[in-house]
Amino acid sequence: MSNTPLGLEFKSSTFSVPVLILSTENLDVIQQQLQDKVKQAPEFFKSSPLVLDLQELNKSGYSMDVSVLVRLIRRVGMFPVGIRGGNVQQNKQAVDLLIPVYSIDHREVSSSKKEVAPAESAKPKEPLKVKQVSTTLITQPIRSGQRIYAEGDLVILAQVSAGAEILAEGNIHVYNSLRGRALAGVQGDESARIFCFDLAAELISVAGNYKVSEDLNHVVRNKPVQIYLQDQALIIKDIELHH
Amino acid sequence: MSRIIVVTSGKGGVGKTTTSAAIAMGLAKKGHKTAVIDFDVGLRNLDLIMGCERRVVYDFINVINGEATLNQALIRDKNCNLLYILPASQTRDKDALSQEGVGKVLDELRKEFKYIVCDSPAGIERGAHLAMYFADDAFVVTNPEVSSVRDSDRMLGLLSSKSRRAEQNEEPIKEFLLLTRYSPERVKLGEMLSVDDVQDILSLHLLGVIPESKSVLNASNSGMPVILDEKSDAGQAYDDIVARYLGEDRPHRFIEDKKGFFRNLFGG
Repeated sequence: MSNTPLGLEFKSSTFSVPVLILSTENLDVIQQQLQDKVKQAPEFFKSSPLVLDLQELNKSGYSMDVSVLVRLIRRVGMFPVGIRGGNVQQNKQAVDLLIPVYSIDHREVSSSKKEVAPAESAKPKEPLKVKQVSTTLITQPIRSGQRIYAEGDLVILAQVSAGAEILAEGNIHVYNSLRGRALAGVQGDESARIFCFDLAAELISVAGNYKVSEDLNHVVRNKPVQIYLQDQALIIKDIELHH
Repeated sequence: MSRIIVVTSGKGGVGKTTTSAAIAMGLAKKGHKTAVIDFDVGLRNLDLIMGCERRVVYDFINVINGEATLNQALIRDKNCNLLYILPASQTRDKDALSQEGVGKVLDELRKEFKYIVCDSPAGIERGAHLAMYFADDAFVVTNPEVSSVRDSDRMLGLLSSKSRRAEQNEEPIKEFLLLTRYSPERVKLGEMLSVDDVQDILSLHLLGVIPESKSVLNASNSGMPVILDEKSDAGQAYDDIVARYLGEDRPHRFIEDKKGFFRNLFGG
């Protein structure tokens, strides 16, 4: 009922922020290499926001005190604005330092060799909840009306009935008849694939590129196939089974 | 140990009530004390098929609401004294069913009965959900046509995810397929799905095939479960089903076209 003009507004926006992928726990090495980088391109790195990626580090079993790391990076002249791939303790340290926790974006895992990789997007998701990406295995038939969502790969040993829907952020394997809807790479992973023993799907989709049953040529139906994206086009290819 | 059997399908008009009446009668005739419950509150039919519609005083909802005791509401069948019917209310709707109330009635029945057959209403709403929720075994009744098969598939999904056994992580409900209104002639003409087609879609253990038969309609009209018509093919088919459910090994008799079989045999 107030006549006060609208004082604020929420909008969704995407930023490009450098991600710092660490592969050593040696703080001296990190500091040295960071200083070298900043020296190479001070315009770019000075006061730049930065997301810390600890995935590689934790995978290798190294430990890292986030508060020490953050202090070091601030000394070099950059502003840590997020952390991802950390363990529970590291995430908690980050939140204590008022640094948001992001989840791992699968689209760029392949580029993790580079020391600094630009992030495509850094949308904040639920803080402190780290996704444990693993394979989901299902041995029971997926019936009409059922919906399965896998955060990683999805492997199904039984049939997927017409009217059922299976979704995975990664690949989908169906070692039986696929008669329902199958959507792989639902968070945008264009390298995701669908594999099935008997293609009779109502809909197949990889990273949002889909085909409905009507578009499925009889040549590819009712046989083992794999489905993947190539130049934004869905390719359905026979799988040769050797007996 | 008593077993709760739900007779369900998703789709209407496929023969759930006929099947409930027939197998309840079959189990009782084999010497097992059996109760059959009509879950189709508001559209009660079981009492008609069982021929006890004129003896209904209290119903399932009265028992749930504590307005009558279970013994007051149970109707003893006039053909078999081991069979009891718990009719549905015709004047109430399915909202009158509560999970807690249904559970209490079933617990009480378990103390006295070997088998409790729950005749599910069509659909996947409250009545159908509560009919299957407490089940140990499920008889999924399907007609050999695509929409019925699809609905059965949906129901199988609910059985494996929304039942008490699923929610409490117990051994899953045992599911059996009953194919009703089957006509081998029409399968041959390509007008109907075959047993193999249906099993391919549902991948479910086939308990039996009930042939399309006039005797089913006659039985319904006369208020006698069709299993009592021992001369009819449908009656025999239900008898086989009950025997198979109880562990007997009986060959399937009604999948093949009999006329065709003899024609083939004599080269006609």
